[in-house]
Parts: sequence; C-alpha cells; structure tokens
Amino acid sequence: MSDDRVTIEINGQAFEAPRGAMVIQVADEAGIAIPRFCYHKKLSVAANCRMCLVEVEKAPKPLPACATPVMDGMKVFTRSPLALEAQRSVMEFLLINHPLDCPICDQGGECELQDVAMGYGKSISRFVERKRVVADKDIGPLIATDMTRCIHCTRCVRFGEEIGGMPELGATGRGEHMEIGTFVERALSSEMSGNIIDLCPVGALTSKPFRFRARAWEMQQRDAIAPHDGVGSNIHVHVSGNRVMRVVPRENEAINEVWLSDRDRFSYEGLYHDDRLLEPMVKNDGEWRVVDWETALARAVEGLDAVRVRHGAERLGALLSASATAEELYLGQKLFRGMGCPNIDHRLREIDFRDQADAPSFPWLGLTIAAVERLTSVLLVGADPRKEHPIINHRLRKASLAGADVMMLGATREASNYRVAEQLDASPLSMQNALAGIAAALATSRGDPSPSSGMVAGEAERRIAERLLGSERAAVLVGPMIAMHPQASRLRALAAYVANASAASYGVLSLGANAAGAWLAGALPHRGPGAKPAPREGLAAADMLNDELAGYLLLGIEPELDCADGARALAALRAAECVVSLTAYRTETMMEYADVLLPIALHAETSGTYVNLEGAWQSMSGAVVPPGEARPAWKVLRVLGNLFELDGFDYQDCSSVLGELRERVANVAPSAPPHGALEHAEAAGGESVIFRVGSVPVYAVDPLVRRARALQRTADGIFRGVRINQRLAAELGLADGDSAAVRQNGTRRSFPVVLDERVPDGCAELAAGVVETAALGPCFGPMTIERE
Amino acid sequence: MNKVRQYFKSLLLLELLKGLSLTLRYLFRPKFTIRYPEEKTPQGFRFRGLHALRRYPNGEERCIACKLCEAVCPALAITIEAEPREDGTRRTTRYDIDLTKCIFCGFCEESCPVDSIVETRIFEYHGEKRGDLLMTKKDLLAVGDRWEKQIAADRREDALYR
Repeated sequence: MSDDRVTIEINGQAFEAPRGAMVIQVADEAGIAIPRFCYHKKLSVAANCRMCLVEVEKAPKPLPACATPVMDGMKVFTRSPLALEAQRSVMEFLLINHPLDCPICDQGGECELQDVAMGYGKSISRFVERKRVVADKDIGPLIATDMTRCIHCTRCVRFGEEIGGMPELGATGRGEHMEIGTFVERALSSEMSGNIIDLCPVGALTSKPFRFRARAWEMQQRDAIAPHDGVGSNIHVHVSGNRVMRVVPRENEAINEVWLSDRDRFSYEGLYHDDRLLEPMVKNDGEWRVVDWETALARAVEGLDAVRVRHGAERLGALLSASATAEELYLGQKLFRGMGCPNIDHRLREIDFRDQADAPSFPWLGLTIAAVERLTSVLLVGADPRKEHPIINHRLRKASLAGADVMMLGATREASNYRVAEQLDASPLSMQNALAGIAAALATSRGDPSPSSGMVAGEAERRIAERLLGSERAAVLVGPMIAMHPQASRLRALAAYVANASAASYGVLSLGANAAGAWLAGALPHRGPGAKPAPREGLAAADMLNDELAGYLLLGIEPELDCADGARALAALRAAECVVSLTAYRTETMMEYADVLLPIALHAETSGTYVNLEGAWQSMSGAVVPPGEARPAWKVLRVLGNLFELDGFDYQDCSSVLGELRERVANVAPSAPPHGALEHAEAAGGESVIFRVGSVPVYAVDPLVRRARALQRTADGIFRGVRINQRLAAELGLADGDSAAVRQNGTRRSFPVVLDERVPDGCAELAAGVVETAALGPCFGPMTIERE
Repeated sequence: MNKVRQYFKSLLLLELLKGLSLTLRYLFRPKFTIRYPEEKTPQGFRFRGLHALRRYPNGEERCIACKLCEAVCPALAITIEAEPREDGTRRTTRYDIDLTKCIFCGFCEESCPVDSIVETRIFEYHGEKRGDLLMTKKDLLAVGDRWEKQIAADRREDALYR
C-alpha cells in the first residue's frame, strides 16, 4: 500500500481510503448510511449538527464522522449501541425547537429531518416546554422562508460563502437565539441562489413559485437539459398531471456538478404564461381567425410559395432561434434549402459576418467545461459570465480560488464574485485598442513583428500579456458582447491572435442554448450541415432584415427583442408579404406583422438535442404534452416539408432526424479560428455621440425566460433605465433618477437615468431584449442622450 | 349392517324432519328483519358513510392541503390541487372525492392531521346522472356545515379510543 492510502474498518468491513478523507466520505462511497444534516459533499465541513456521531474504537466519546479524518487501522461503528444512542439524543435535541407543521410544509415527503427522525429518532417526545418562534425573512421572489423550521445546519450560509461567492446569509445570535438571515432584510442577488432550496435539509428555505403546489410523492421525475445557456445543465423536470411543477438539478460532475442557475430553475413558469398560443391562427384581410392545423399549414405553404413564385426563392428568409433544438434547426434549414432558398440564419443578435467563411466548425469553448476550473489563467473578452453562464462562472471561480489569474477585458454588469487579477474596463469602442495592445505586448515579448501597426501596449495590457504567457494552462474566452459588436470579426481575429501567441486555448461563450448545434446543423447562410460550405451562399440574419425580403419564416423568436436591431426587424417584417411564425407565444406585435401563427411546443414539451459549449450532444424527451393544439416544432417543419413535396421529410420520430444529422456531422471536429492578418480599423462613431451597450439582461435571453414571472420580479429582471457613469452624467447635466431622452435612428424614448460606475466612459448601457427598448435601433451603436 | 340402517333412515325421512324442526324453532323466535325505510338499524359513532369537510367554529375551513388523504387513498378517489391563498396560507383550490371509486375504508379520515375530512353517518344518497357522485370541495363543505353537530359529537365519543 502506498503512503497516501490507509485502511480503515467500518462495521467490521475493511475499506481503503485516501489519507485525509473523512470517515463519512468513506462510508458514503461504500454505501453505509450515516445520518447527517450539515455535511454536504460540495461544501466545507462545519460539524455543527452532530447528527453523524459514530463510535470509534479507543475514542472516549462518539466522534462526528464528517470531521474525523481516517487513520490507519481505525475501527468505526455506525450502528453500535453507543452510536445509536448518540444519534437518538442528537435527534431529540434537534426536534426540541422544530415545529410540528409537516402537513403544511413543502419539504414534507422529501425532508431529511423527517427521514432521519423516522430512522434514528425516538418514537415519543419528552419535550413539553414552549417551542421557539423565529420571524420569517423576505429574501426575494424566488425563495420562501419559514425560519422557525431552521435547524442551523448553516449549509445555506456556507453555500453563499463558498459557492455563490457572496456571503449573503449569515447567523446572528447564539444558542437558542441563533437566527439565519440576511442581517439587513433584502433579496438575495446571487444568480445561483435557488440552490439553497436543494441544500436546506428542512423546510426553512423552499421555492416560492412552487409553494404549496404539489407534494414530492405525487410528481414524476423526467430528465431534461436546461434551455437557456450553452452549458446545457442537466435537470430533472418534476411533473404532476401534465404540468411542470418545478425544475431541480440532475447531478453531472462534468457539466453542472450538483448546481443549477436560477434562470434554468425558475424559467418553467413561462410555460404557463397567458400569452401562450394554443391554436393555429391565420390572418385574412387583417382579421385573425383560429383555424385547424390543416388550414393553417396550407395557408403557410400557400403564402411562402406565392412569394417564391412571384419573387424567387432568394426573397425568402428563415430566422431561427439559437435556443431551438438541433433537430428543429436541421429541419428548418433542410426545408429552406429544399425550397431553393439559402437565406437561413440563427445569429440574430450579430451584425458583423465578415469572417464567417473562415470561422471554426462551431463555436467551441476550446476545452471541456470541467477543465475550466483547472486553468491557470483566463482572459475573458466581452463576457459577463456571472449573468450569462453562471455555471461557467462557478468553474472560473473555482479556478480563481485555486490561484488562477482571471482577467477581464470589457465592463461587466455585475461585480465578479471572485478575485479578478486584471480588470480592463474597456468600452466597446476601446475594446479593439485594448486587445490590439495585448497582442502587441505578446508580439514584443516573443520578438514577433507587431500584429497591428502603430499599436502601443499600455501598462495593464502588458501585465495581461505577461500573465497569459507565464501560465501553464491559459485560455482566451470570447463572450457574447464580442459576437454582438459591430467590429466582431476584427475583435475575434485579435482574440485568436492573442490566444495563439500566448499558447492559450481559444474559446467562445455564445448566447443561446444551442448555438453550437445550430452551426453543426447548418442553420447558417454559408454552411450546410456538418460545417460543409453551402452550394449557394445566402444572406445572414441582419442582411435578411436590411434587404426587406418578401417572405419570412420565424422559429421560436420574437424578432423585435431577439434581433440585433429590433426596430429594423419589425420594419422588415411589417413590409413583408408573408410572415409565418412558429411560435409558442402570441403577442400584439406578432399579430401585426405575421400572417400565420403556428403554435409550437416549448422546452420540456418536446424531444430534442442540444449541443453545449464543449460540444457534448445531450438529448432529452418531452416531459409533458404540449398544451392545446401546440405541436413540437420538428413535427411542424416535417409536415411543411411534406406539403412542399420535398424529398426526405418522412421521419417517424425525432431520433431519426437526429440520426440523419449525426451522420452528416460525424467527422466534424472542433477547430480553432485562423489567426491571419490583422489590420486596425477605425472605431465606429465620432466623439460627440454616446455608444450604446445593449447587452441582454440575464432574464431576457429568450421568449420563455422573459415570461417567467418570479424571475422578472428579481433585481435582474426589472428594467431600470439607461445606465451611465458619473462623468458622463455630469457632462450631460443628469442626476440619478432623472428622466433622459434617448434618441437612436430617429426614435426617441424616455428612460430614467441610473448612475453606475461600472459603465465605461463614452458609453451608456441600455439593455436589449426588453420591451422598453425594442423600438430603438441597434443594440450596439451610436445614440444620443439629452436632458428632459 | 350399515347399509340396512341407512335404508331405514332414508325411508323414514329423518333428515327432512330434522331440518324442518329447525325452521319450526325459528318461526317462534323474535324477528331480525327491519322494515327499511320506516325502520333503521342503529349506527355506531364510527359509521363510515358520506364524506364531509369540516370547518373550525370561526368558519375557517380546516383543510390545509397536506394531501395525506390523497396519498393514502387506496382507491385513488381523492384529487387535490393546492396553492397559497391571498393571506399566504396553504389551501386547496380543488378537493374532489369520486364516490364511485371510494371504498369507504376510512383511511382518509385516519390520516387527516386536522380532522378535516371525515366520514359521516349519511349513507342514503344517490346520483341520477353521470358526475352526480363526484363530490367537489363545495359539496363536501356543505355536508360538513349541515351535519357539524353530529360529526363533532361522534368525534368526541371516538376521542377516547384514539
């Protein structure tokens, strides 16, 4: 036996364990049950509940298994009379102040305290005195509290400190007067706060949207994949009577470990929003009518075909959601290519496509998600991982805690919840210079010729370059802000150069749950399935809208909110002769421009596959039946293919679509972008204008999450106005809370001013993807702000 | 020898007389028959008849939507849906008992932590069309309101044995 392994004996059985492991870890691995409340494998050891007391030979008293390291030759007894008596007594103490309100407690039926009390407690209580009562705290619209039930295991407190990175909950008082709370009553702001619901062993912290709605035993558990970011967190959907009651994480060490972001956990509420489209509808002479599927499909085919006959197939366009399943995206492009139309795109928020021909086979993280935490230095360019990819951010946080240098280029909405080695708050305008500076610094230290002429690296840029160069495992991760930037191709080229020059891996953090799947499925104007060049290159999303095509097919999007320029998109759709929208929701705006509305199923109602950032294909089957007449989009697209009399649309099920797609992408490996010539471009916009930074708020990324009621009531879900920094405000003569007139592309809107020092100079942060700003112009572009 | 005895026994119709003598004896005993519906059998306080949902004396419904009755029901006759009421308390929005499924085992009553769902002494009810025997929350509360006095008295009597 090597030095770092020891042998211990539990209940007479011998086990080998690494030195330094705790007794409870060895027992858990061996499947020996030891009751516990405060111990959690992903949190630090607190040993304050004392429930896991076990007898250890030669120890005078029982020892807590969670805080007792294994020693060679140690003999542990978990079921000896001494251990059992200790556990029984601890249980009695814990129940002294625990209320007997199991019948109205949401944790009832899945409560660790209930289970352990049944298994290890006494059958009667000797306690006749008064029980303690603790006032409930209001900690926001997501989590309900019943603090009287708290047993002070401090799992939630440790979660805040160790995982969430924000010590938001804490304990005040001692002994019986100890209370868990937020000190000053306020809502939790962590984007992973929902995890404390799972962590709480009792019913003190429960889900507010789920409150009182169902019992653990009456729900069925179905596997699914989270639909809001490219991480593809594994989830369980809990269903009762064809209704999704709640979503909880499914353990997958390679992706989301045991955690889940709030967005993935609470977005299911959007499934039951009043906007839900339940029947197919068609517009006849400006009048909307509810019709059956046959009529609606016939009308859709007739409308699109009329455009094809009158103007030619190239006057049609398909705008597909980057959060649609790979099957839907594949069938969408197959339908359009079959009709002879190459205008297919899912990159709705992007405007610069100059580098698309040389782009990698699909946007890839450059490494596995699990490997992110082993990086030693990371440069994040235009990314706000805390809000955009909370699970990636958690991995980055782990890396940072382990000593990695996490560097950020570009302002983030939220302060980071870990140590950031370098923060360069470059505005979108100066982003290019900053990246070029880093590239120049790298070239200088490597002795290469400067990649972009005339670029001088600043102090901070040199430091970033040094840290990247001196690092063992480095990565450059490019975020959504870069993809949405007017100079995206140059920025990407610069970032690729930086990655290459510093021997770092290059990765992309894309918006949308299935951006990688969309690239592979060929939902692009220039590439077919399997990253093969398309025979005919079509128009990219932004060009389709700028050119005002005659007919559009929309899949799962609300163009005024999901496109780079909402106003432009609306104008194009209004001018079109025929707009067929495959949508789960109907809105007033949609009723204005569309001609046919086909109700489709949402996440958890349809089977499908997502390809995540690391290129993992994850399939799921529908957990519930879609409401009303809504049908899975892949079925609708299949029937449209049949009606257009195209070949190869005779699929029996979703998996045969997937099979065909997998065959076509069988040999596609993730590739890195080329790092060719870099010319320096003039920054857009003059000095006098203010540059709009229209990043998408965390709870506005897709139609489903925009309708999740509880999430919209959180601080992140509420639109507060136009955010500018103190210097710009002083220049404009504005103060916090003033009303400002914002003008973009001739449209004027008034918004309250919010002062925020995180916004770089010369910029104003005005969110995209929200109804308030939908009528304005491009989400990255010049605008003016005036006093009102 | 045996055969001969058997022969004479059957010839004298002894078995028949034995049977008739039993009939004759019962002819003069007091009768069990009850002239229902004019007369009724006595009922115990644990009689398990039609269900009712009870209220507290202040008019507040007892049921807290714990769903234990729904879980314990062996015939799956109970359907409950719940959500928070405006005042934040846990309440049912739907409480249905399908009497055509119910086997009147009384488990729902046993499982109820607040003595809300009870089985009353009522057994004379009928349905004339489909759905008549599906008791909704409103119906069940109405039964409870009407018979509360009797229900409360029966629970008091039973309390000694619980």
